[in-house]
Order: sequence, then structure tokens, then C-alpha cells
Amino acid sequence: MIKFQSVTKIYPAHAGALMIVALEDVSFELSSKEFVSIVGRSGAGKTTLLKLLLAEEKPTRGQIFFDGLDVPQLKPERLPQLRRKIGAVFQDYRLLPTKTAYENIAYIMEVIGSSDEEIARDVPEVLEIVGLENRANNFLAELSGGERQRVAIARSLIHRPEVILADEPTGNLDPYHTLDIIRLLLKIQEMGTTVILATHNKDIINRLGKRVITLEKGRVIRDEERGRFIL
Amino acid sequence: MLVALKRILKSSWVGFRRDGELALATVFILVIAASLVTALFLSREVSQFLISNLQEKMDISVYFKENATEEEVLNVKDELLKMSEIKEVKYVSENQALESFIERHKENQILMESLEEVGDSPFLASLNIKAWKTSQYGTISAFLEHPSFENLIEKVDYFQRKSVIERVFSLTAAISKTGILLSLAVVIVAVLVTFNTIRLAIYNSREEIKIQRLVGASNWFIRGPFLAQGAISGIAAALICLLAFALICWTAGPKLEFFFPDLSLFNVFTKNLGFIFSIQFLAGVGLGVISSLIAIRRYLKA
Ligand SMILES: Nc1ncnc2c1ncn2[C@@H]1O[C@H](COP(=O)(O)OP(=O)(O)O)[C@@H](O)[C@H]1O
Ligand SMILES: [Mg+2]
Repeated sequence: MIKFQSVTKIYPAHAGALMIVALEDVSFELSSKEFVSIVGRSGAGKTTLLKLLLAEEKPTRGQIFFDGLDVPQLKPERLPQLRRKIGAVFQDYRLLPTKTAYENIAYIMEVIGSSDEEIARDVPEVLEIVGLENRANNFLAELSGGERQRVAIARSLIHRPEVILADEPTGNLDPYHTLDIIRLLLKIQEMGTTVILATHNKDIINRLGKRVITLEKGRVIRDEERGRFIL
Repeated sequence: MLVALKRILKSSWVGFRRDGELALATVFILVIAASLVTALFLSREVSQFLISNLQEKMDISVYFKENATEEEVLNVKDELLKMSEIKEVKYVSENQALESFIERHKENQILMESLEEVGDSPFLASLNIKAWKTSQYGTISAFLEHPSFENLIEKVDYFQRKSVIERVFSLTAAISKTGILLSLAVVIVAVLVTFNTIRLAIYNSREEIKIQRLVGASNWFIRGPFLAQGAISGIAAALICLLAFALICWTAGPKLEFFFPDLSLFNVFTKNLGFIFSIQFLAGVGLGVISSLIAIRRYLKA
């Protein structure tokens, strides 16, 4: 359902900053309901790869398909359709600062047009799943990094998207919560969602026993079915 | 659709409550913009009232020689009525002139007695002429200067009044010209300031807008609350403005009446209440909504 074909992403030079090749000739294919981890050092291009899939950035060369849609060619007004099929946990969370935890999650359901009853039923449930039922009405500024990360995770899965993109979703969590979140992602995948997990957490990868794509300096250097974390 | 509308309104209301200062600043600017527009409208109404008042009172009179017959005078009147510049010509016969003099001065014993002593009516028959515009009196008086009227007409009082008439003429021309220029400048400034205030408010929310796009919100769903906030600010501004002007006209009106007895500012205000509220509403809501619409555009492209 997801296909990268010889994708290269170059961030152009500007005002003293050098040009950077973030991804180079990256090709892979994911089938529906797959669980795949993207690993690599910091700066290897993991976040860039996820941004391309969300059409937040455009590839310099190559093609990207999602459910048969040519992602980089989508017109701005068609992007919401694509993005509603994807639940993203951004590395920097990207939560709405003027809203409470509850409202941040409810916002996605409002966007896709869920009824008030569905929102009132699902949001507390998902907050409980990520262990934030007591922080529902706190504003973002009042939450710790780990709590924000869990709000971001709750937001990414509330609308049962086809794909979940999780960019270092456990980066700010203690081992106890990390394990919870990984278990949650596995469970979601078992229930029929494609999960793309970008991480540099070695323990997680080695325990998962799932497909691993390893990036190094923007290139795919390994793509293994029951992969391990080797750098 | 209805659910989306409800959500947009709710979220803009919540936004208002949470970011009260910014909302207040926007309302304040919109009040100023709407006030400027209202002040322009009122001053135009008032100056037009004053101008037409002055013009209404303006006329010239032609006095005929004693030997001119009524028929000759009426002939001249017919001639005058053929001129397109003339609005109205009134014939005042010797007797009418006398009667109106007596009517006006009947309390004045001395005048009445001296009038009796003169015996014959000391008044001349005259035509009282009103033109459409102040500028036309010159043409009319030139026409009456024509030699063919020479032994009929005693005097045209245009020359005694010439300076007053011309002053009124140049004053009204200047007032309306500067008025138009001034209104244009003021409106441009008001639009720019308002637009900039709203642009800044939206600039503050640019990250939020980007996030909303990334999680799949449609452009209208993102725009909605901003537009609704613009509209709510505009309505609030229009209401505040209306109240302020009602108060101003009510208190300042009597002071103006002292200088211009025929002018009632409060009447002008109440007579045009519907229109005034419409322009305030249009200025407030229009500026609020259109500025939001333009300012947010650039953030909705990615
Ligand atoms: N917007 C950008 N402009 C310029 N360079 C960027 C930008 N985003 C990322 N990069 C560069 O691209 C490379 C890959 O970044 P990223 O995809 O964020 O890596 P990772 O998520 O694996 O740590 C890095 O060298 C980073 O500095
Ligand atoms: Mg990253």
C-alpha cells in the first residue's frame, strides 16, 4: 500500500547553510497491516522519510505512492484526504498549544466529522489507554514531555487511521511507559493498521522481531524481515 | 455541515475567551476603523446640510424701474424661466413689497409714520431669483445686464452680494473636495491598520495552522474559526461604535445647535440610524472577515 521508488530528498542550500542530501535513492514497499521499523543514527533521514509520506515535504526525485495515490503530485486541497488516513506521532509532537489534552485529541475527530457522541465516548477511552485520564483538561504547557508524547500518541490513533507513523514515539518516555507504548502499537497493528516506527532505541528493535529498514546517511543499507538493530 | 458550523463557532468562541487580549486589540482597532467611517459619513451629512442650507437662503433680486409695467416684468420673468440655471423666480409687486414691509415692521411706530408721510409706495417691483447652484448666479446676473433690459431694470443686487455668494461657492467646493480626499486617506489608513492587526494575530497562529493542516483539517475547517472571530469582533466593534456615536451626537448636538440653529446632529443620527449601523457593521465585519481571509491564505498552501 506504500511504495517509495528511488526517492531522493535534497534540502537546498540557503543563506550560508549547506545543501544536504537527506535521502538518496530510497526504494521500498510496504504491504497493508505491516509493522516496520526505520532505524538509523540521528540525522540518517528517518524524519524526512515520514515527512515525505505525509506530503509535508516534496521529494527532489523519485515517486511515492500511498493507496495508489501519487503523493507528491497531490494538490493542496486533496492533502486532507490523504492525511486523515494517516495518524502521525511527530518527533516534536506538534500538538495545539492553545488546547487541552482532551481537545487536542477531540480535534482530530472533529476534523474527520465524528459525531459529538463518538467524541465523548472515544476520547476518554484513548486517554485512559495512554494513562492520561487525569490530565484530560490540562493545557499543553502544563504537561511534562512524556505526557505530551502520550497525548500525541493518543491523537495519532483516535480516528483508527490506515497507517500510523510514529517518529521516535518513546523518545521522552521512561522504560516502563516505553514498553506500554510499544505493546500498544503492536496491538494496533494486530487489529489491522500499518505501523511505521522510526526509532534509534536498540532494545525495542531487538525485542520486536519485525521488519527493519536501516538508514545510513540517507541510504537504505539493510532491509530485513526479522531485523535486528545493527549500526 | 451543521456540525462543522457548530464546531467552528464554538472553537472561535473558546479562542476568544482564551486569548482575550488579542481579541480586545482587534475589536479596538475595528472600533476605530468603524468610527472613522461613521465620522466621515456624519460630517458629510452635516456639511451637506449646511451647504444646502446656505444655498437655500441664497438668491438675487432684480428691481425694476418705477415706469416698468407689470406685463413687462412678467415678460422678463418668462424669459428667465427659460434659462436652465434657474430654479425658481418669484414676482414681488410694488404692493406686495409694501405689504411685507408693513408686516415686518408694524411694531415700529417711527417707520410706520414715515412710511405714511411718503404717501406713495416707495418700493419697486422686483423678481426674486433662485438658481440651482451658487456658481450659476454670475451667469444669471450677466443675462440681466444685457442692454435690452437697460431701461427696464433699476438694479440687480448681485453685485452687492457677489462676494458673499462667491465665498460660499468656493467654500462648498473646497469642503467637498478636501472631504473626498480626506475620507479616502482615512479609509485607506483604517483598512491597512486593521489588516495588519489581524495579520499579526494570524501570524501568531501560524504553527497551529500548520499542525491543523498536517493532521488533515480542510482549509475551511481551519479558516472557519478565524473568520468567525473576525466577524464576532466586527459585530462587537459595530455595536460599541454605534453606542459611542449615539452618545456623542446626543451630548455634542446641542453645542453645535448653538452655532447652527437649524442643525440637529442627533436628528441626523437617528434619521440615518439604519444606514449608520449598516456602514459600521459592514466596516467592522467586512474588514474583520476579509482581512482574516487574506491573511490566512499563505499558511494554507502546504
Ligand atoms: N528542513 C530542513 N532543512 C535543511 N536540512 C534539513 C531539514 N530537515 C532535516 N534536515 C537535514 O536532513 C538530514 C536528515 O534529517 P532527519 O530526517 O531529521 O534525520 P533523523 O530523523 O533520522 O534524525 C539531517 O542532516 C538534517 O540536518
Ligand atoms: Mg528524526
